[in-house]
Amino acid sequence: MAGHSHYLPKTGFSRWLDQRLPVIRLVNDQFVTFPTPKNLNFWYTFGVILTVMLVLQIVTGIVLAMHYVPTADLAFGSVEQRIMREVNYGWLIRTLHASGASMLFVAVYIHMGRSLYYGSYKAPREILWILGVVLYLLLMATAFFGYTLQWGQMSYWAATVITSLFTAFDQIIPHFGTALSTWVRGDYAVGDATLNRFFSLHYLLPFVIVGVVGLHIWALHVPGNSNPLGIDVKGPQDTVPFHPWYTVKDAFYLTLFLIVFMGFVFYAPNFFSNPDNYIQADPLVTPSEIRPEWYLLPFYAMLRAIPNTLLGVLVLFGAMLTPLFVPWLDTSKVRSCRFRPVMKQLFWVFVATCILLGYVGAHTTDAAWHLGEVDIPLVWLARLGTLYYFAFFWALMPWIGKTEVTRPVPESIAQAVLKKGAVVAKGGEQ
Amino acid sequence: MKTASLLLALGMALAAPAFAAEDLTQPLPPRDAKWSFEGLFGTYDRGALQRGFLVYKEVCAACHGLNLVAFHDLAAPGGPGFTVAEAKAIAAGYKIPAEPNDRGDIFDDKGNRLTRPGTLADHFPPPFANDEAARANNNGSLPSDLSLIVKARQGGPNYLYSLLTGFNLKVPHGFAVADGKYYNPYFPGRAIAMPPPLNQGSVSFNDGTSATVTNEAKAVVTFLTWASEPELEARHRIGLQVLAFLVLLAGLLFLSYRKVWHGKKEE
Repeated sequence: MAGHSHYLPKTGFSRWLDQRLPVIRLVNDQFVTFPTPKNLNFWYTFGVILTVMLVLQIVTGIVLAMHYVPTADLAFGSVEQRIMREVNYGWLIRTLHASGASMLFVAVYIHMGRSLYYGSYKAPREILWILGVVLYLLLMATAFFGYTLQWGQMSYWAATVITSLFTAFDQIIPHFGTALSTWVRGDYAVGDATLNRFFSLHYLLPFVIVGVVGLHIWALHVPGNSNPLGIDVKGPQDTVPFHPWYTVKDAFYLTLFLIVFMGFVFYAPNFFSNPDNYIQADPLVTPSEIRPEWYLLPFYAMLRAIPNTLLGVLVLFGAMLTPLFVPWLDTSKVRSCRFRPVMKQLFWVFVATCILLGYVGAHTTDAAWHLGEVDIPLVWLARLGTLYYFAFFWALMPWIGKTEVTRPVPESIAQAVLKKGAVVAKGGEQ
Repeated sequence: MKTASLLLALGMALAAPAFAAEDLTQPLPPRDAKWSFEGLFGTYDRGALQRGFLVYKEVCAACHGLNLVAFHDLAAPGGPGFTVAEAKAIAAGYKIPAEPNDRGDIFDDKGNRLTRPGTLADHFPPPFANDEAARANNNGSLPSDLSLIVKARQGGPNYLYSLLTGFNLKVPHGFAVADGKYYNPYFPGRAIAMPPPLNQGSVSFNDGTSATVTNEAKAVVTFLTWASEPELEARHRIGLQVLAFLVLLAGLLFLSYRKVWHGKKEE
């Protein structure tokens, strides 16, 4: 890990402990004196925010599991009757957990966007990035299982749609896809068996996530943080100790994040949810529109944009797995988009594309924009968006990385910060 | 709210077909009504809750259940504000299917289901024995349980209010209402199996409020919003405390942040 240990046990007990299990040394080296680039901005606070949100989800989830009943007959009632009305502050714990899942994804997307923008995935941080993508995939699976547990109409039918995606593989090996789908559901249709195993997995995966988060932080602390300039730390003049510099900065932005989060929890608890999910699951009544939670909508739009189901499913999985290859798809020598004028614009087009895909995913397949006399079917926007999504990673990243004329990169963090400080000091703001 | 609906309107203008004429396959957007429970400080209007309970009991309960609401909820904090004695009396007015008697029977000699008066621990009994009985009595349609109705419909209280006051309007030219259905422009498909439930004087309020359709609708929507969100008042109260604490904490952390970073050049 970066730098050698500066920890000096002061008491007899801490010396004794240090020779047997150096946990105080670990915490001291990794979270107190850990040398951190001095130029990390607001966008770098989301790692800590995510850690806090994950812990909050696990704590509220454990309490909810004490009152939840994972059977098809009783699941909906155990949430809407017992947890929401009878358990002391059950409504609060449930709302924290449900809105918390959405806020966690808000933070995940910002965190991933920040990595992409500043090139944090580039050597020597490839494994750090890949672990992050693995965490993202695990989070999506966990969130999907959790959404099923409410056993409302949208829960039930989203689970039905997603598990039936596997049947597309029948087109490759006859009956294999159907068998796979039945195996995943534990039944021919989504039912008791499905709900039970989803509950089991929803309880298991968060602890797997905690393990991978441990690896993620480990992989972060070997090369140390990236930074907005995308240049390596040259020496102690470029860094500050994590505490108190970043503990205080992270705590401040975490509190701002919590203010937004609590605004939803207390004043718009159903903002992220679908009204249909307050109707108990009914296998005989299909809702007029089935749509997943907002954080999966871009992928849902891609799935529906492809007329062939099998191709659609392959595109869906391809889109989810593509980020794993980013460290090798980006061929640029410069990490940060600050010095990459072309990549910077392509990045923002990518962000806009993801938002557009999410927007299309929230609408029916036959929806269209009507501009005067011209009709633009949303499905064509989704096709364009899907094309750009894949082109961005598989064509533009390797190509632009080689051809782009980058702007000059500063010598060191300390030099760049001093220069910027001098300019800003004249302007009179920090 | 205005800005939100403006944004919504803008979004819909972009997303939905530009209506040359009224699209009769689509429901009208709900009308925006004023509710005492909106906003940071919103609380339920006790009078409206009690009047709304009366409307539910005398009108809606004939076909619609309220199975998540218990009689003790009527006397709980943040609710309609009945006293425990009043809630007990209300409960006793309902017949609940009895538990087996000391001979193990749940039917009397004539084969009728034995019943007992309700207690505070009981929930509102369902109006029909089962879904099939409910359909048989309602022209094939199943009246929804109302415990979560406000959360289970896009538009919430405004939708419900628009629906309840949206009967007896002129059927647009060229729109055919199926037999046994009623025209209601706020309902998806614009034809609903529920007959107009509220009429002038459907109930008589004992607090002097005149029993117009509007007043009845407002009262019962307030009551059903409470039934869907009995925690709303506690939620708003605790929310203010939590936000006040967090804003103060953010202020203190900001000062610490400035002090710690003072003299250090930052991004």
